[in-house]
Amino acid sequence: MTSYAATPARVRSLPRAWAFVRRHLLTVYAALALLYLMLPIGVVVLFSFNDPVGRFNYTWEGFTLDHWLNPFGVPGIQESITTSLEIAALASLTATTLGTLIALALVRYAFRGRGATNIFIFLPMTTPEVVLGASLLTLFLNLGVSTGFWTIFIAHVMFNISFVVVTVRARIVGFDRHLEEAAMDLGANEWTTFWRVTLPLIAPGIVAGALIAFALSVDDFVITNFNAGATVTFPLYVWGAARIGVPPQVNVIGTAIFAVAVILMLANVLLQRRKEHA
Amino acid sequence: MITAENAAHFPRVSKSPEPPDVRLQGVTKRFEDVLAVDELTLEIPRGSFFALLGPSGCGKTTTLRMIGGFEDPSEGRILLGDHDVTGLPSYKRDVNTVFQSYALFPHLDVFENVAFGLKRRKVAKAEIAKRAREMLAIVGLEGMDRRKPRQLSGGQQQRVALARALVNHPRVLLLDEPLGALDLKLRKQMQLELKRIQHEVGITFVHVTHDQEEAMTMADSIAVMSRGRIEQLGGPTELYERPRTAFVAGFLGVSNLLGGTVTTSGAVRVDGTGEIRVDAPLPPAGTRVQVGVRPEKLRLDDSAANSVSGTVVERAYIGVATQYVVDTPAGRLTVFVQSSGTAAEGDAVRVSWDPESTFVLEEAS
Ligand SMILES: Nc1ncnc2c1ncn2[C@@H]1O[C@H](COP(=O)(O)OP(=O)(O)OP(=O)(O)O)[C@@H](O)[C@H]1O
Ligand SMILES: [Mg+2]
Repeated sequence: MTSYAATPARVRSLPRAWAFVRRHLLTVYAALALLYLMLPIGVVVLFSFNDPVGRFNYTWEGFTLDHWLNPFGVPGIQESITTSLEIAALASLTATTLGTLIALALVRYAFRGRGATNIFIFLPMTTPEVVLGASLLTLFLNLGVSTGFWTIFIAHVMFNISFVVVTVRARIVGFDRHLEEAAMDLGANEWTTFWRVTLPLIAPGIVAGALIAFALSVDDFVITNFNAGATVTFPLYVWGAARIGVPPQVNVIGTAIFAVAVILMLANVLLQRRKEHA
Repeated sequence: MITAENAAHFPRVSKSPEPPDVRLQGVTKRFEDVLAVDELTLEIPRGSFFALLGPSGCGKTTTLRMIGGFEDPSEGRILLGDHDVTGLPSYKRDVNTVFQSYALFPHLDVFENVAFGLKRRKVAKAEIAKRAREMLAIVGLEGMDRRKPRQLSGGQQQRVALARALVNHPRVLLLDEPLGALDLKLRKQMQLELKRIQHEVGITFVHVTHDQEEAMTMADSIAVMSRGRIEQLGGPTELYERPRTAFVAGFLGVSNLLGGTVTTSGAVRVDGTGEIRVDAPLPPAGTRVQVGVRPEKLRLDDSAANSVSGTVVERAYIGVATQYVVDTPAGRLTVFVQSSGTAAEGDAVRVSWDPESTFVLEEAS
């Protein structure tokens, strides 16, 4: 108290500083949280321009565009990316189709086993990946299925379906059933009603589900690792490379994937906004 | 508007002995343990404006949905003209519906909404455009073709819903509380407009509402429903002036009901006072009945054949009339007087009315 009285200027400015902090606390906090999230990505991007001396890309040595100009300059990396994209495309397509149909059935129809299905569909989201991967491998081994491209595909479809169902279901729950009745009232049969009314209206949910599925599939390591056999996806390639030295090309590909994801996200937001203001 | 050119789409209705547009025969609908519609039998004549009127939960929507094909009856048959449509899906029925929530397709613009039904029937493109534009003109929405439903006001959305249904020129148009979401002024305006449009296109309208005034303003015939059954069916005047049950009398407006007994001389002895004369068929002598009179048919003088004496207990100005509440030995009477009237609270008055204005209800056992 007495010390404050001795410095009247600070007495006045201190509460003002406090007010500033209090008013902007949420902003500051958000900025810090964002920084925390973005920092690792920033490092990945930065080190894609690094010119490492040895086999390890862990210390900053100097700027170069070499790796960006030659992203597939490491043996095996291109094949692994192709495999990853193929699996992701197939798995997300399959999971989106099946997941959308399951979501429709779960919301629309009361059937025996609906409650059980509702629970089972979420199991893959909550079960530890290690457990899922290991049990799938056991299953494949017992059935005498040799692991490889198609076992990875099956595994990815399995865990992707849950995410698609959740996303699409949220969209269907908010769907006005009278719209379908109106379509049928106007002479559209079930098939036409689905294509002309139901599908266009739940499409945003389906697209979101498909994007999530694709991203999860490209990214998955644990389950894939169990069921890959001799097939190498991009995450498996990075894992293998990490033991003998990660080439900067991995950072280049990682950055590129991140950039594509951000662009898709922005495009989606812009599209929705345009639609709403049309 | 109907012009010579587009009149071809809307053939005028002739009063020839054609089958009724809609027939319900013993239609019952049960939802698990709820009996929503109870053995309903009903005929709706061609070209009529028909109202289903009743309190909430009486089964109006369910009845309409069964005609539209969105709900299958548990029992009974539904016919459109001579065609038994029981069990047919809605897209195979020649009826169209205006939904209470309008149910406009949010991803399609006004024109595409209106064209939806014609497209499903593979009408030629030029023809679709022509008919959709005509219909948008009839409902007063020219130049709004390219708007999305969410860019329209409630009243405009309502008109799009109407145009979308009518453009298909169905045998019957079903309307489920189509004006429920509009404010009072717009509702009054749309009531007259709907009536005009129905007249122009000559299609049978089946209009569901719980608003007695709306039903009376618009409909040629009204079916008053209660608990899944039709209490009484008739024209607005008939229902208002000759209700057959206390429910109908009460639902269609304020009514004064007095208990009494039918006498051998063909009159009714009202409990607590004398005999009154009735200009309606009466049940046998000795039967307990209720006689009813509408408040505006009562006069505060001795000029009519039936009268009772009483005391004014309440007087209130209600805009179009002055309302009196009069205590009589027969019970409490509500009287509407057009002029402001001279009687004050506490005054002894005589209340009188004509035998023709009196209706008789058999007392519920
Ligand atoms: N799908 C359904 N499942 C179970 N009960 C239903 C269903 N639809 C309607 N009911 C019941 O059937 C009865 C009649 O309902 P309906 O919707 O036909 O009434 P309504 O006359 O249209 O009433 P409102 O004026 O409130 O719209 C109600 O008791 C209602 O609860
Ligand atoms: Mg209803």
